[in-house]
Amino acid sequence: MEFIVIELNLYLDTHPCDEDALHDYNCAVKMFEKYVKEYQERCAMMFAQGCCAKTDCWDWVEAPWPWEL
Amino acid sequence: MWIYEKKMEHPVRVSCPDVGFAKLVITQYGGPDGELSASLRYLNQRYSMPTGAAKALLTDIGTEELAHVEMIAAMVYKLTEGADPEDFKAAGWGGQYAQHNHGLFWTDANGVPWAAKYIACLGDPITDLTEDMAAEQKARSTYEHLIQLTNDPLVKDTLRFLWQREVVHFQRFGEMLDIVQQHMNNPHMWNGCCMEK
Ligand SMILES: [Fe+2]
Repeated sequence: MEFIVIELNLYLDTHPCDEDALHDYNCAVKMFEKYVKEYQERCAMMFAQGCCAKTDCWDWVEAPWPWEL
Repeated sequence: MWIYEKKMEHPVRVSCPDVGFAKLVITQYGGPDGELSASLRYLNQRYSMPTGAAKALLTDIGTEELAHVEMIAAMVYKLTEGADPEDFKAAGWGGQYAQHNHGLFWTDANGVPWAAKYIACLGDPITDLTEDMAAEQKARSTYEHLIQLTNDPLVKDTLRFLWQREVVHFQRFGEMLDIVQQHMNNPHMWNGCCMEK
């Protein structure tokens, strides 16, 4: 879903008035935000800033890093 | 992956353009102890760190350094805003105008282009964290020199913020060096002698 957001972002940079693309972008962002929230609740933090940490520990340092998966 | 935030970490303001000072502060853009060197050094070293905490710290400071690259770029932009070829020539930075016009380029204050030899990675976490602490001190000294070289209070304010960040980064790297040293002395780790001891 994040990739769709990136692709639409680049498309909108060169087609800023394309209303269909804007609509698709907004839908994609909403879905992406939902998935991020689910992931962070079930697994671990995806961002070190801009989201709440779990109350019991700073799992930013604990969960595996992308190059280790 | 990375996401760009369309804002500065701290405001960058100048009282009036000053091409002469732009020529000096550019070293924190593309110089040996500049912000680009810092960011690439940390983001590259994180892969050979032994603990999640060390990987996290290098990721997070390496990312913050990118925000500092942007602040220095903004400062050079504002210091050269509206400057014409004559202003560059008068400031002794005519070569910059000849090759780059108002474009930015990765050089130090003496025009030497950025090179990968400014950063090290030995793959030994103790060595690399010690290198990072030295790098933060070198950046701190450079900011002190730069603060002495300008009279503009707004420029000084921004440079003081960046100076402070070097002090904080040095502190965090020092703490991490302790944590990693403890981790490596832990008996579950191979440390060059008999593990049965
Ligand atoms: Fe730093």
